[in-house]
Amino acid sequence: MSRRVVITGIGPVSGLGLDIESNWDALCDGRSAIGPIQAFDPAGFESQIAAEVPEFKISQYVPKTYRKATKVMARDIQLAVVAADAAARDAGLTTNGTVAPDDPDATRSYGPGRMGAHIGAGLIAAELDELTGAFVKARDEQGNFDMHQWGSDGITHLTPLWLLKYLPNMLACHVTIIHDAQGPSNTITCAESSGALSVGESLRVIQRNAADLCFCGGAESKLNPMGWLRQQFTGRLNAQSNDAPADAVRPFDQNANGMIVGEGGAIVTLEALDTAIQRAPHHTPQNASHAAPHIYAEVTGFGASQSVHPESRNALPEPNGTGITLAIRKAMQEAQITPDDIDLIVPFGIGVRDSDTAEATGMVNALGTRLHEIPIASIKPMVGNCLAGAAALDIAIAAKAIYEQRIPATLNCDTPLSGLNCQTAPSRELSIRHALVIATGSGGQNAALILRRYQP
Amino acid sequence: MKPRIVITGIGWVTPLGCDIETVWKRLLNGDCGIGKTKQFDASTYPTTFSAEVADDYDYRKYVTKPDVHDGVGSNTAFALGAAAQAWQRSGLDKFETLDHTRLGIYLGSGEGSLDFNNYAAANLAGWDESANGGRGGIDAVKWAHKALECMTALCEIEQEPNMPLTHLAMEFEARGPAYNCLTACAASTQAIGEATEILRRGDADVMITGGAHTMIHPLGVTGFNRLTALSNRNDSPQTASRPFSNDRDGFVLGEGAGMLIIETLDHAIARGAQQNILAEIVGYGSSADAYRITDIPDDGHGAIRAMNDALADAGLTTADIDYISAHGTGTKENDSTETGSVKSVFGEHAKSTPMSSIKSMLGHLIAAAGAVELIACVLAIRDGKLPPTINLNTPDPECDLDYVANQSRDAQVDVCLSNSFGFGGQNDTVIVKRFQA
Repeated sequence: MSRRVVITGIGPVSGLGLDIESNWDALCDGRSAIGPIQAFDPAGFESQIAAEVPEFKISQYVPKTYRKATKVMARDIQLAVVAADAAARDAGLTTNGTVAPDDPDATRSYGPGRMGAHIGAGLIAAELDELTGAFVKARDEQGNFDMHQWGSDGITHLTPLWLLKYLPNMLACHVTIIHDAQGPSNTITCAESSGALSVGESLRVIQRNAADLCFCGGAESKLNPMGWLRQQFTGRLNAQSNDAPADAVRPFDQNANGMIVGEGGAIVTLEALDTAIQRAPHHTPQNASHAAPHIYAEVTGFGASQSVHPESRNALPEPNGTGITLAIRKAMQEAQITPDDIDLIVPFGIGVRDSDTAEATGMVNALGTRLHEIPIASIKPMVGNCLAGAAALDIAIAAKAIYEQRIPATLNCDTPLSGLNCQTAPSRELSIRHALVIATGSGGQNAALILRRYQP
Repeated sequence: MKPRIVITGIGWVTPLGCDIETVWKRLLNGDCGIGKTKQFDASTYPTTFSAEVADDYDYRKYVTKPDVHDGVGSNTAFALGAAAQAWQRSGLDKFETLDHTRLGIYLGSGEGSLDFNNYAAANLAGWDESANGGRGGIDAVKWAHKALECMTALCEIEQEPNMPLTHLAMEFEARGPAYNCLTACAASTQAIGEATEILRRGDADVMITGGAHTMIHPLGVTGFNRLTALSNRNDSPQTASRPFSNDRDGFVLGEGAGMLIIETLDHAIARGAQQNILAEIVGYGSSADAYRITDIPDDGHGAIRAMNDALADAGLTTADIDYISAHGTGTKENDSTETGSVKSVFGEHAKSTPMSSIKSMLGHLIAAAGAVELIACVLAIRDGKLPPTINLNTPDPECDLDYVANQSRDAQVDVCLSNSFGFGGQNDTVIVKRFQA
């Protein structure tokens, strides 16, 4: 019998805010964070709106002794560090990140070897101002880039640690250093499935007793010209809604026009139930003590699969959604449930027609007629597609929805694809025994997770 | 009782060649694959040399579906050739009743190489001297105009780090669990360890695992040169990679791929593939230093934890280990700390356990390094031969173990431990053992 594993801390970072309260309130109110891009002038690109994370000072989210290291954190890394800080505090953890590292009296919730970190990341683009500032020192007389000057002199204008700002594993590395998590650590780079695969892998690590707690999830930002170029090249962006940001993303709607990119993601703390209860009496729906941390939900099923399609690399899904069906079936099998036990789906649902259609087909093949009754809540109209952070954010919100027994508002779906229960609707109370989270994306990697309402 | 996991296929694409037997022979011979960098003009960089895959390497010789792979980057090209060799060697190419939903992939492959010339041109075209109060900066509109004119969708998409994975899935119709991890220089060792765990827990029957990577490109060399991590011995590339030698001055970039087919023993037996079994994977350990992004802790606590966890997972002691495949990069810091970590873990057995670094011959394949090194361990078990650490002529008092200096050696090899440590403090160890039914 493997260990029971629960979500005890949620750190979402999105256009809606930097903690669970601000995100949850906005999602329930149906407020969209999508608006004109502020990070750079997007006039040269087709899509000019995004869900950008509100301004923050990274130095406020790291211990004093670690402030210097924030200089070598690309935006993606900063988002993960902020999310991990929020998750650790939400979980009521004492780590080197939440108490003064040199405080001899402060006890730690876990020994360093019992905490791991599995964090999804994307391809991080170098800051253009910084790099080009060095490139211009290596121009020939015609003003063109000169490789000889670059090698001999140009490169010296970059800071020695330049490379380390952009390695995808630096999200996990900074988080492990800040919280002194020395256990199993990983960085998953599978586009939009990264966050879900990272949570699934953390589940396995804790089940096999290689750690008691994992920081897991993912984060990404494409809010820079190079990132934005690559997104435009995927051919999935909605370029027709620049003047109507709040209506832009229409998940599973017959009038969907494409996706909008958000920045952010989430880190959640996944914990073995036995050690979670040991370290602190937890706040559960049955034990409503406000001083205690929460057990949001239990993770009872995880399935991963690959879609095979000749155009997988171009982000085209398998039309029949076979891979998605397979992932959902595996997750349900592990959770030992049937479609009748699922009361909420938090889908990928990005508002790209062929992607949504394939996902709908994948869902119906796994869930049958029960699918028509299960509310589907895509949060993408409010936070956009946060790529490597997307599925982590979905998991965070699904866990909160189970805990609150409430579904967030669903937006922008006036004419749903046939048979889907995802119409535009305000937030409402909902009895949720199990929630299904679905992740899929560019490249064809899929993951599904089953979260269960916690019962002792 | 954990299910037993066996290796039934191996394949690699390396600077010393692209097939198992040729490269293995050359490794035992102490040949070096390092020379002047050819794929771009590095002649004025602090480091002008690297270990490159032969420029006539062509993945299309290996694949059955060339159309879906058109336009792939180097990492995917290396991955396809290595995986196709492993697939063939495992006999799965002739096994028609394979359940493809139970065939997974776990790679540790790197990000692709930038479309550098066009990227540089777009950046210069977008430069505005007057921005940021006269310090200069990018005018995003001008940048976008030029970038959209000269850069292409295919080339950008193929740089995504999950692309080798996606292409292998298309080539082999793998529908099972699919992952790419990118934990710097530890990535493919970690991938093999995690793939083993996936098989052990019954989530798949067969996994394609390993890694592919090149950082031999203008910004890759820039990044490592700025970190002063590379050897600068431009006058003597062939002797530049000197792991454990007192006069070592950094690592040498290599490129390529190593791929393995691993499966549950039950599955291998059920398909009648006992004769394809090359070795058994018996232990895996993974840890984080949680120390600094730039340095290794002096006490090597992360490396020690990874080795100890792998030994415990295997149910073995250090006395059982016949050979250690070192991370052995040839940087001052790595080699002395790794030596210290091995001493801490192995105690009295440290001096009597041979440990070598084939990075002395192949350079450092970054994300792909661990997979290639684990394949060398498999071959060491098969042939009873240990590959040498070449260029080891000046002893370092801090590095006083048996590094199989300069000459390969015959030895009874039943169990090998392979280490990989990555920037940022990622540590992974995998243990392989001679297969006994």
